[in-house]
Amino acid sequence: MARHISTQRRALNTASAWTVALILFFPILWTVLTSFKPEAQAVASPPIFLGFDWTLQNYVDVNEQRDYFRYFVNSIIIALGSTAFGLVLAVPAAWSMAFVPGRKTKDLLMWMLSTKMMPAVGVLVPIYLLFKTLGLLDTRFGMVLVLTLMNLPIIVWMLYTYFKEIPGEILEAARMDGASLRSEILYVLTPMAVPGIASTVLLNIILAWNEAFWTINLTVTDAAPLTKFIAGFSSPQGLFYAKLSAASTMAIAPILIMGWFSQKQLVRGLTFGAVK
Amino acid sequence: MTVSLRALLGATAFVALTGAAFAETTITVATVNNGDMIRMQGLMDDFYAKNPDIKVEWVTLEENVLRQNVTTDIATNGGQYDVLTIGTYEVPIWGKQGWLASLNDLPADYDVDDLLPAIRGGLTVDGNLMASPFYGESSMVMYRKDLMDAAGLTMPDAPTWADIETAAKAMTNKDAEQYGICLRGKAGWGENMAFLTAMSNSFGASWFDMDWKPQFDSAEWKATLDTYLGLMTNYGPPGASNNGFNENLTLFQQGKCGMWIDATVAASFVTGKDSTVADKVGFALAPDNGLGKRGNWLWAWSLAIPASSQKQDAAKAFINWATNKDYLALVASKEGWANVPPGTRTSLYSNPEYASIGFAKMTIDSINAADPNAPTVKPVPYVGVQFVAIPEFQGLGTTVGQEFSAALAGQKTADEALAAAQAAVTDEMTAAGYIK
Repeated sequence: MARHISTQRRALNTASAWTVALILFFPILWTVLTSFKPEAQAVASPPIFLGFDWTLQNYVDVNEQRDYFRYFVNSIIIALGSTAFGLVLAVPAAWSMAFVPGRKTKDLLMWMLSTKMMPAVGVLVPIYLLFKTLGLLDTRFGMVLVLTLMNLPIIVWMLYTYFKEIPGEILEAARMDGASLRSEILYVLTPMAVPGIASTVLLNIILAWNEAFWTINLTVTDAAPLTKFIAGFSSPQGLFYAKLSAASTMAIAPILIMGWFSQKQLVRGLTFGAVK
Repeated sequence: MTVSLRALLGATAFVALTGAAFAETTITVATVNNGDMIRMQGLMDDFYAKNPDIKVEWVTLEENVLRQNVTTDIATNGGQYDVLTIGTYEVPIWGKQGWLASLNDLPADYDVDDLLPAIRGGLTVDGNLMASPFYGESSMVMYRKDLMDAAGLTMPDAPTWADIETAAKAMTNKDAEQYGICLRGKAGWGENMAFLTAMSNSFGASWFDMDWKPQFDSAEWKATLDTYLGLMTNYGPPGASNNGFNENLTLFQQGKCGMWIDATVAASFVTGKDSTVADKVGFALAPDNGLGKRGNWLWAWSLAIPASSQKQDAAKAFINWATNKDYLALVASKEGWANVPPGTRTSLYSNPEYASIGFAKMTIDSINAADPNAPTVKPVPYVGVQFVAIPEFQGLGTTVGQEFSAALAGQKTADEALAAAQAAVTDEMTAAGYIK
């Protein structure tokens, strides 16, 4: 009897999980399906789910109009560059906050987080002027720099949380064995925090890949990533949903595939220390 | 040694001269994603053949994103763009700010006198041409001839609002998802307010009097909004408060609208390959009320050069190519006359081949019926038919548009929406210093 209830509950849980997953995934599925529809069928009412005239024409049109590869390369450089740069700054910062906290560490962490609560548009003009003066407008380095700074609070917070889970005694032992600070962070702390660092890296790559405000406003052509690629396919007059969906599918495909293959690392890292 | 040195110097000079001969100037063109602009990008070989020393980089963006990007760059003197695609709303404001370079010195073959007077007037600031029109549009009535015939009605070429209501009533069959009229309802200064501001002109209404006092408490605005809400509530499609150009285009193409009053550029879409009613569409001027003004707007997407551009000569060469009469002939030779960018030049409409296209005459008549410098019945202190060319209008238009959209959705009465609009615009105009 008990086993029967357990099976029922398991089935219910599975069904609930699938339902929630499908609801969350539906917008992406709909975007992908729309990308294979002719423009007229993309806006048909009632909507057509699968019984439309499948076509690859939208992908052909999108590739004829824009050089996808150039935007793709910029997205890769900006996402990986800002993540690497962010880690170099955040690991020492998180180490000091986790293992040698001062009286104001908590306040400092909260202040860092509070910078994320400010609407980005509020500092657009000052940053634009700064970039113009420094010659950083429409440069990959400029974009790496700005996305590093934008995502740094989140990286520091995540690493701080993971580092707090590591017993300080292990680091003390390393120190007693003569490890320098650099060795302690590089050879003792980092290997122990690999799941946390990996999930931080993955999340930051996703955030940097999807960031649209700064990448659209501070780039023109040379450093323009895939967010700018998508932004050009919306039209005030004329049907565009199918082509926009094709462009969106091409833009999200790399990050979706990366997320799919690294989902175990991501989930493990994000729930690290959540349940005690 | 001497011979070697001479040879080296000679080779260096040759390389330098060769390099100079092939030195490229790269200009960056910011544009919106519409069919005419995409078509132009496909015809760039002609430009490169005529201008081998100029390379063009395109930045195509959604209209509002483009506006924000370009405004930021131009206001901060960023110099990232050399040619901008801007609308009739921006040109007078940016021209007055000194943000745009004058185009008075374009070559003689540009033939500035061939530009349509109404369009040219909207792009001229203090006697200087500040932008060159790439395509111009007005608005007009597109209607289903078959449904009108079935109802035993004939649409006049120049209908009144009473004619429109009669036709809408006769063509409505909600059980068959057949709606007599489709109009913009989505909130926004360039959405429902473009239509409603133009419509209000034909009722004698205006945004402001000569002292910049808002006029939403006037009988003319009340009549405008009551007529609009009456038409849409009785004969319009469900959920119309979410409908903009593209939503109504889809409804019309699917045969669900008896009439649609919107941009003249829609004519090529409703008679195009994606339309199920392509061979059943008739055209008429936007309606009036016998007051001397019709409810049609005037808009042009134009190419302009920011004053901050360091490559103004190359930018002017591009604008001359893209908006010249020769470009219209080039498009016609490659894609047919129906695909030529409309609404910019008088010579296009005197061309018999172009004039034979069904919507050509109605388009030019509609454009000529609008005057941005005298948009409504009474004198007003502003320029613009479906907008008011002041920097505050984008915000004001959207605020008022939200009130009217809420009235269309049934969340407010017309009186409540008008009162809220009057209060909001009065506050903003007082804060901005227009009302002393």
